[in-house]
Formats: sequence, C-alpha cells, structure tokens
Amino acid sequence: MKTITVQEAASMIPDGASLMVGGFMGVGTPHRLIDELVRQGRRDLIVIANDNAKPGVGIGKLVDAGRVARTIASHIGLNPETQRQMISGQMAVDLVPQGTLIERIRAGGYGLGGILTPTGVGTVVEEGKRKIEIEGKAYLIETALRADFALVHAFLADYTGNLSYALTARNFNPVIAMAADTVIATADNIVPVGLIAPDHVVTPAAIVDYLVANR
Amino acid sequence: MDAQAIIAKRIARELRSGMLVNLGIGIPTLVANYLPEGVNVFFQSENGLIGTGPIPEEGMGHPTLTDAGGSPVTALPGASTFDSATSFGLIRGGHLDLTVLGGLQVDAQGHLANWMIPGKMVPGMGGAMDLVTGAKRVIIAMQHTAKGKPKILEKCTLPLTSARPVDLVVSEMAVIGFPGGRATLLETAPGVSVDQVLAATEARLATPENVVEMPL
Repeated sequence: MKTITVQEAASMIPDGASLMVGGFMGVGTPHRLIDELVRQGRRDLIVIANDNAKPGVGIGKLVDAGRVARTIASHIGLNPETQRQMISGQMAVDLVPQGTLIERIRAGGYGLGGILTPTGVGTVVEEGKRKIEIEGKAYLIETALRADFALVHAFLADYTGNLSYALTARNFNPVIAMAADTVIATADNIVPVGLIAPDHVVTPAAIVDYLVANR
Repeated sequence: MDAQAIIAKRIARELRSGMLVNLGIGIPTLVANYLPEGVNVFFQSENGLIGTGPIPEEGMGHPTLTDAGGSPVTALPGASTFDSATSFGLIRGGHLDLTVLGGLQVDAQGHLANWMIPGKMVPGMGGAMDLVTGAKRVIIAMQHTAKGKPKILEKCTLPLTSARPVDLVVSEMAVIGFPGGRATLLETAPGVSVDQVLAATEARLATPENVVEMPL
C-alpha cells in the first residue's frame, strides 16, 4: 500500500476507465476523489455503482459534468440528469436489480464466473440471459463484474491500509474493494496501526493499493 | 382517516413480534407509525441496516446513518449494520418475513408491476425485484385507483417486477388476497360496499359470502 495525494490518485485514472464507486445515494462515496476527477477533466468513464446519487452529490457530479459514458446501476430514479442523458443517448445505462448487481461484483472479486439468481425470472431482466433449472426452480445466469479501479470510502484506515466502515456508509465498499485491478481508498480518519482491532478490519490492507492522504 | 392512513393502519395489523420487515418508500413507510402496542419487529433498510428507528430530531442526524433514500434515520438499541451483499442475502435468502411495497398495477393472479412506465418513468428497479422474489410474504400498499382508473387489472400492462405473485393488496377500499392464484375480495373498508370495490376494480374478483369489514 502506498499513500498518495488526492491529485495523484485521480491522475492515475485514465479517460475511459471503468470505476466501481462505493456509496448509496452518496453515503459512503469517496467524495474527494470524485471532485478531483471532475476537476482534472477525466471523461468517458464507465461507472459501476448502486446508484447515481443526485445532481450535485457524489457520482451525480460526474454525471452533471457529462463525464460518464456508461453506468451500471440499480437505481437512477433520484437523478433526473442521468435519466435525461440516458433518453438523449449521451449516456448508456444498464439497470440491474440491486441484489444481482452486488452479487455480480462479489463474484468478480471472489474468482467466480457469475451467479445464479431467481431475481428477474419472468421479467424483462431475463432477456438475452441463460436460464437454468435446479431442483425445479428457475434461475438466471448473471455474469461476474470487475473494474479497472475501485474507489472506496472507509470510516477508519490505518497506516497500512486496513479499512473499517461506519453504519450505512459500508454498503458496496467492502465488496467493490475485492473486484478491481487497482483499489484506491479514502477515509474519514487515518489512524495509527493497531487502533483498528484485527477483528474489526473489514477490508484487509493487503488488497488496498493506495490510500489517499487526508488534508 | 385519509386513504394513506387507512392502508398503513390495516397493514400494521399484519406485523408480529420478532418479524424482519422491509418497508418500501411512500405509503409503506407509514406502516411503522401504526405498529400495534406490544409488537416489536426488526425493520430492515436495504442500504445495510436492521433496527431502523424514527427520523432524528433536527440537527441530530449523522451522515453515515441513512435510509434507502439517503435521508437521516436513527438506529434502535440492538441495531446492526452490514454490507449490501449481506443485505440482499437477507432479502433473497428467505430471512425476510415481510416486505411492504407500493404498486403501479397488480393483476388477477397477483403479479405486480411497480418499477417502470416505459417511455415515461425509468428509475430502475433498485431492490424491488429482489424483495418481491425473495421475501416470505409480500404485501402491496396502494390506492385502489389512479386518477379514477383501476390499478387492479385482469393483466398488468406495465413490465412485471417478479414472476412471483404477491400475497395481499391493501387499498383504502379493500383487502384482496390470492388464494388458489385468484384475486379474492377479503375485506372492505368501513363505509365501502362490495359493489363499490367491484366497480373500481378491473380484474374479476372472487367475492365470497363472508367479506368482512376491514379492522382498523
């Protein structure tokens, strides 16, 4: 793990990169990284996240600035700008049931080719997907998802990069941290090693590539 | 009592102590306000919380303690938090006793459409498909008609949320169940006649002899 500035972190991410971004309606999103990506003018990004937050918040800022070419999300209902760009054809949007999205990401991080889920059977979600029956019950084959970068936000990070999360700001964060080639973390608090008890480490430092220094 | 209060109050009677319950946005959220005395349930918020409490007092919210819409909530004693994979494992894995969701349409077999209106409203399904597919019991809280048009139809015209039929529909006019896969009028609201319900419903409703008044 290497400690870097937020400017260095954002500059590692090229135009066109695929990003998994933690957060649920902006709660648990690495806001400083998003702001810096917008400031540095990064574009044509593929954003995989639960939602697109709302205009002016978190991922919504990338959308506002027209920097997202494609998003894979479960819910965009609170971001009218995403819906506008989807309808105008400016942004591609893949809508995925929330439980399926998180499991596809988990599969990507856990070395699985995909998952079998009953969610979506008999709906438009099953279009173009393989369906199999196991012990009389129908399941869809949903393929694994990975990304170039995971942008993770934690409550605590220690100097080695161990992470723990706070309350509902955990959401997608520990799962995306397993599913990307490069993991960049921000944290509300960076603390000395030992202050996060081993039992309370949720994301082990060994998989965190970069920790963004606090101001 | 207004329509929303009638619906929420009637559904609250379905809750039993110890249940794990997920309430959708809109009318379903109001169900928590009518929890009968002595009934203690676990409310799940799918962004990763069991033990969701009331909205905090002004100035007492915390940015890391929110509901599925991103608004501040409180956590009750005994609350727990977890990641989204666990949250949807609870939902799909048969651990969730009951979900209460809003609806756009329900059909005669109990199929629900509640996540999109093609060409008009495409918010994404969020957790709705997992909730309807995975919860042990699904109750739909919705007004009986929209702008005078029935919402309980012979067949849904909007995209379905799940192939799994719902268990109960509660409106301000009636309670409708699906025994044997057929929409059946179980209760009418105080002051509402069976004929009024039938007139406001497009689906053919079975009407047993013993349709009772909705207990509130």
